[in-house]
Amino acid sequence: MSYWEFLSEYGPRLIDGTLVTAAQFFLAAALAIVIALIAGLMKLSPYLPVRAPAVVYIEVFRGTSLLVQLYWIFFVLPLFGVSFDKFTAGFVAVGMNLGAYGAELVRGGIQSVPKGQWEAAYSLSMSPLRRMWRIILPQALLNMLPPWGNLLIELLKGTALVALISVADLMFEARQINGSTYLSAQTFGSALIIYYIFARLIITPFMRWLERVMRRKLGRA
Amino acid sequence: MMDDLTQYPLTLEGADAPMVSFRNVTKRYGSLTVLEGLDLDVAEGEMIAIIGPSGSGKTTVLRMLMLERIQEGVIYVDGKPITHQAKNGKLVPASDRYLRRAREPIGMCFQHFNLFPHMTALQNCMEGPVQVLGMSRRDARERAEDLLEMVGMIDKKDQHPSRLSGGQQQRVAIARALAMRPKVMLFDEVTSALDPEVIGEVTNVIKKLVTEHNLTMLMVTHQMGFARDISDRVCFFYGGRIEEQGKPAELFDNPQRERTQQFLSAVKSAD
Repeated sequence: MSYWEFLSEYGPRLIDGTLVTAAQFFLAAALAIVIALIAGLMKLSPYLPVRAPAVVYIEVFRGTSLLVQLYWIFFVLPLFGVSFDKFTAGFVAVGMNLGAYGAELVRGGIQSVPKGQWEAAYSLSMSPLRRMWRIILPQALLNMLPPWGNLLIELLKGTALVALISVADLMFEARQINGSTYLSAQTFGSALIIYYIFARLIITPFMRWLERVMRRKLGRA
Repeated sequence: MMDDLTQYPLTLEGADAPMVSFRNVTKRYGSLTVLEGLDLDVAEGEMIAIIGPSGSGKTTVLRMLMLERIQEGVIYVDGKPITHQAKNGKLVPASDRYLRRAREPIGMCFQHFNLFPHMTALQNCMEGPVQVLGMSRRDARERAEDLLEMVGMIDKKDQHPSRLSGGQQQRVAIARALAMRPKVMLFDEVTSALDPEVIGEVTNVIKKLVTEHNLTMLMVTHQMGFARDISDRVCFFYGGRIEEQGKPAELFDNPQRERTQQFLSAVKSAD
């Protein structure tokens, strides 16, 4: 079977899987961004009761394996009465894992804004919330964008693990096709290429574009 | 030793009450005492120049008014304590919220301008009035444009700070602070980071404020000529205290204290 024959036979299934991977990616990314923002801000709080949960979350999710976390969320949490369907469990696990890394980026981004900016905002009598939202975060965001690009690619690669709880993503389809055809090189080769295209031709250019737009908005073009 | 807060009045009243009053103020960073027992009254409309060697605590005077907490004493602005608030007829250390509110009559300009880089000159000047004073964008824009006109920056109102020279940025920063209609303005070495040829454009703006407005001003500066020209009083700080103060002509021409003499002659020979 030539590669073209392989593609015409199994291409549609690979595309189906890719769409599920894309959905997992976007949902996990959205979750990771929201969690990162909240946990990152909490970690900067001067109040221990606010800071502590963020520290524990970040430590647990950065310190343990994504696969184990995925299994915990899908197999163990139901024992405590919290159950997700496999699709939800998939992106929640990936989102929470990468959100923990993202929280550190948020914290670092905020801390990289010069102290003078805080002082200037304070000297205009801005409340803490306004200072953060209007003055600090917009500048922190720009500082954070390059590492977020890397993180999102990590996140995409992380979604391949959801195949292990039978979410029908790209990796799941590839394993199925391989199981029935034994065309391993074609199957996993295709998966490799699709992941690469997704990462390098979609995520990276998008993040670069976003950075350019932000830079222009912040007057640093 | 605990500071006995009952010795300080709850408010300063009367026609001759100072606009800014430091009463026995001590500021420490850890075990390092930067200012000790500072007493300083600044009358309404008065321009005070603060000079002294580095490490003398002169910048701390301004930072205590706007940015930092103190360990002992009370600071009053416009008759009300800012570092403390009255509770059941007694002064207690101010909450963060009270402190921020109490500092509303104060505006500050910084050595490194600290303009918001993601906003244009105009937006920088509108930010406080819109976000804090709750002005409409139209009114805030009008006020901002008037002030940018006054500091000679109206042509550059739509530029971001990265496109402006240091002198231009500092003038926008002055307009931004004035947009909040402060009663007291603080200038913290506002010309120290500027190239010599643009210092004049900033000092001219400050001179204009002195002659045309009834602002109370405290200015930390290394420019003795400028301090002498425009201030009503000069305070020479040394070792966390006011070593000597007086009218500019007296202090510069006829300093009484040895340390003042040394400092002034050192500055003169450096010029």
